[in-house]
Amino acid sequence: MLYDIFIGPFVQMVEMPDFFLQVLWEGFVAGILYALIALGFVLIFKASGVFNFAQGIMVVFAGLTLVGFYESGVPALLALLLTIGVMGALAYGIERFVMRPLVNQPDIILLMATIGLTYFLIGLGEFVFGGEPKRMIAEELGLPTGSTAIEMGERGLVILQHIDIAAAVIAILMVTALGIFFNKTRIGRALRAVADDHQAALSVGISLNQIWAIVWFAAGLVALATGIMWGARSDVSFALEIVAFKALPVLILGGFTSIPGAIIGGLIIGFGEKIGEIYWGGLVGGGIESWLAYIIALIFLLFRPQGLFGERIIERV
Amino acid sequence: MFYREAGQFKTSYEADQALFPIRQDRIGLAVILLIAFVGIPLTANDFVLTSIMIPFLVFSLSAIGLNILTGFAGQLSLGTGAFMGVGAYAAYKLTSLFPDVNVIVMVLCSGFFSAAIGAVFGLPSLRIKGLYLAVTTLAAQFFLEWCFIRIPWLYNYNASGAIEIPSRDMFGILVTGPEATPLTRYFIVLAITSVIALLMANVLRGRIGRSWMMIRDMDIAAELMGIRPLQTKLLAFAVSSFICGVAGAMMVFFWLSAAEPSSYSIKLSFQILFMVILGGLGSLSGAFMGAAFIWILPVVLKFVPGMLGFDIEAATVEHLTFMIVGALIIFFLIVEPHGFARLWQIGKQKLRVWPFPY
Repeated sequence: MLYDIFIGPFVQMVEMPDFFLQVLWEGFVAGILYALIALGFVLIFKASGVFNFAQGIMVVFAGLTLVGFYESGVPALLALLLTIGVMGALAYGIERFVMRPLVNQPDIILLMATIGLTYFLIGLGEFVFGGEPKRMIAEELGLPTGSTAIEMGERGLVILQHIDIAAAVIAILMVTALGIFFNKTRIGRALRAVADDHQAALSVGISLNQIWAIVWFAAGLVALATGIMWGARSDVSFALEIVAFKALPVLILGGFTSIPGAIIGGLIIGFGEKIGEIYWGGLVGGGIESWLAYIIALIFLLFRPQGLFGERIIERV
Repeated sequence: MFYREAGQFKTSYEADQALFPIRQDRIGLAVILLIAFVGIPLTANDFVLTSIMIPFLVFSLSAIGLNILTGFAGQLSLGTGAFMGVGAYAAYKLTSLFPDVNVIVMVLCSGFFSAAIGAVFGLPSLRIKGLYLAVTTLAAQFFLEWCFIRIPWLYNYNASGAIEIPSRDMFGILVTGPEATPLTRYFIVLAITSVIALLMANVLRGRIGRSWMMIRDMDIAAELMGIRPLQTKLLAFAVSSFICGVAGAMMVFFWLSAAEPSSYSIKLSFQILFMVILGGLGSLSGAFMGAAFIWILPVVLKFVPGMLGFDIEAATVEHLTFMIVGALIIFFLIVEPHGFARLWQIGKQKLRVWPFPY
């Protein structure tokens, strides 16, 4: 028993490096996708202090809208543009009708409002697009769909799906773009000012309403990219919603306010989950993927209650 | 004018410190209990009892449980569903291990199991606060759900993987299982819920309840004033989980009669959290109002199109219900972020000064 826990898995890793690498790659891809969802959370949390529970459903909603437009006969790229437009309208609507009336309320009330928003979007999505899973139009959007097998000498081979590589590249591009946006542009600086202090930002003439709409729109774009990537790997369906819960440990690991934190947190969770499931999951009957992420986050939190990259929590009485 | 406490003099400390010192409150409570114990059983049919009243009471009790943790002790929890599940599975195991013991005793005992598990998952709350704490309770939610699926011992190695409640009688009357009459089940659920609610109303205004509220308002300050955070927080987790566990056990014993792990999923946790927040954090009457809103509204909405003569597909109605409930949640949060309990307080104030504006 002790052997199975402490030695067996490592022996297995060394004996079958190709399999181990495959597991690592799976973990990497899962981590990137978790990180993408977490990124949407971080954007909104940074700028408005709202923990946006609806991010998961926004991913589904964006994916469904894209597929929905395509199925009604619109060319793929135009459908993409139209979906971006829909996400913009959604961002404006959320800012106008949910966030603005609730300004300055306690965190938990805002959290509740986003959960209410989740219900609304679930209902709306199912009402407009139906509840069945849909196939993502990955090929039509020009994303690669094949796979490459890399041979590892005589030890076997590792299979890389092209769509996963594309996901990784897009995630890296997106993080870089967001980094530049936050640090170099006028709006990005305004966003950081709002994140630091709402009142001070207002007093130097930054429009909070405008900033929030922009931030929700950016989160919508991240959701769209995530929706395409997740959708290409499985189908676009409301089951993706559960993935949003996975973003929670990712966020907590990385700290709510840190963009690099979201990426690194995502990778830790992705790797930990896949390796744990494959090498240790069998000992307890499998399926531990559903909760391992939370336990990993919990262990990290016990040592660093503010997450790996979060700002230090200082409490005054 | 209708709700004025002027002229009600207290002549002893007992009267002054009574649970309901105002006469109108006592009358109101008596009327509500009278309706619940006499009016509804006389008038309601089986449908109203089984699909509205029994679930409403079960959810009210679990909302009280979560309210103690989140509303009074300030610890956000997303694991209510799992704690309810612990109660259900514990009660199921207990009744199958000791078939001769009264089933109600078993339902109440099951609360101790979920209290123990709740206290274990409450341990991190000492170091982790606020939204970060949500992740530990989510860990509890998903881990326990996994246990319900993967440990066959918990459901007696059933092929279906679900727990099915055997029929048990008490003083010759069938109380559990599908054959028990809705009325008997309603009375048992009502009795347990009212007793626990009354008990909690007492606990919350005493030393324990006050120490919870101190922890909620500012835990460092509370610690400086001599409240032990470890014991207080763990006690809040234990009491809250106890109540949720009893509610979960009642849910399967007196309402559903059979349950599978997905009955206690994260969706249930969120539903209960909705009830607590919409009802009003830190208010027992709010828990009942929130439960009524979240449970009864969708049931009613399902029948509205039929009554108005529209012929809409069931699936569409369900989608629309989702949208309406979501929109109403946002609407009520905007109108009154402190929930129905605050609306009720405002209403009482209006009644007090009526017919004058102030």
